[in-house]
Amino acid sequence: MDLSLAIFYVFAVVLVFAAFRVITAKNPVHAVLYLVLSFFNSAVLWMLMKAEFLAVSLIVIYVGAVMVLFLFVVMMLDINFEALRKSFWKFLPVAGTVAGIMLVEMVLILTHRYAKIDAARIVEPSFNTASAEVLGKLIYTQYFLPFQLAAVLLLVGMVAAIALTLRKRKNTKYLNPGDQIKVKREDRVRIVKMQSEPRIVADDAAADDKPAA
Amino acid sequence: MLSLTHFLVLGAIMFAVSVFGIFMNRKNLIVLLMAIELMLLSVNMNFIAFSQYLGDTAGQIFVFFILTVAAAESAIGLAILVVLFRNLRSINVEDLDSLKG
Repeated sequence: MDLSLAIFYVFAVVLVFAAFRVITAKNPVHAVLYLVLSFFNSAVLWMLMKAEFLAVSLIVIYVGAVMVLFLFVVMMLDINFEALRKSFWKFLPVAGTVAGIMLVEMVLILTHRYAKIDAARIVEPSFNTASAEVLGKLIYTQYFLPFQLAAVLLLVGMVAAIALTLRKRKNTKYLNPGDQIKVKREDRVRIVKMQSEPRIVADDAAADDKPAA
Repeated sequence: MLSLTHFLVLGAIMFAVSVFGIFMNRKNLIVLLMAIELMLLSVNMNFIAFSQYLGDTAGQIFVFFILTVAAAESAIGLAILVVLFRNLRSINVEDLDSLKG
């Protein structure tokens, strides 16, 4: 049993445990933290496969950005999580059946000798396929269009997220300074042309007011 | 000796765990999103293992793009979740029945 195999088993066990705690944790904050742990463990496993650039970007992108976003949302919303877990164990039979069958089938296929990947080593190619330099050269030449499409996708995602959560508050006292400066006299004062009325003599008015008796 | 099968079986286990989680947490939208993230992680692990096994870097480029798409997806998903909570005061999936006839 060499060192890399030992490292693999240690981190794989922690990874599966963390993944299991993500879906069973009572407190969603704990679930997010276990998800962070599972991302760290998979980053180590990816480094074991010499994919160090992706391992680092997994930590930077996922743990640094996405998981912080998750944590932010979980802590911001005031949710009664007990009510959401009321019928948690009700789905255990169907969930266990589906997941168990999937797992058994996949493992049987992968470990069967006709799959011919039983003894397949993670080979070490003659050139370093995993370095950031190689990936960068590929991304900026062969995969340049998908790379730019990914950038557009991130922009669209950002615009969508902002547009979804943006709202005008009704009770705000905010005033736009530009509008205040631009205001003219005509906007505030309205001059109405009226016919001038003649002065009414007091006697006539008194006579008019009297009822016709 | 570290072999391809190790990583594939690990990916299969993690995928099964996240499928299990999706079935168990059918009400809690946040945990559903987290289970989807776990699923993408296990798929990425398969991609990297095969990329390394075949000596082809295309698999790792693909993982790069999956990470990008997953980041955008979870950002939009969480934005929808926040809007949903603002309108319904709940993230229970069973409360999302306003389209039901």
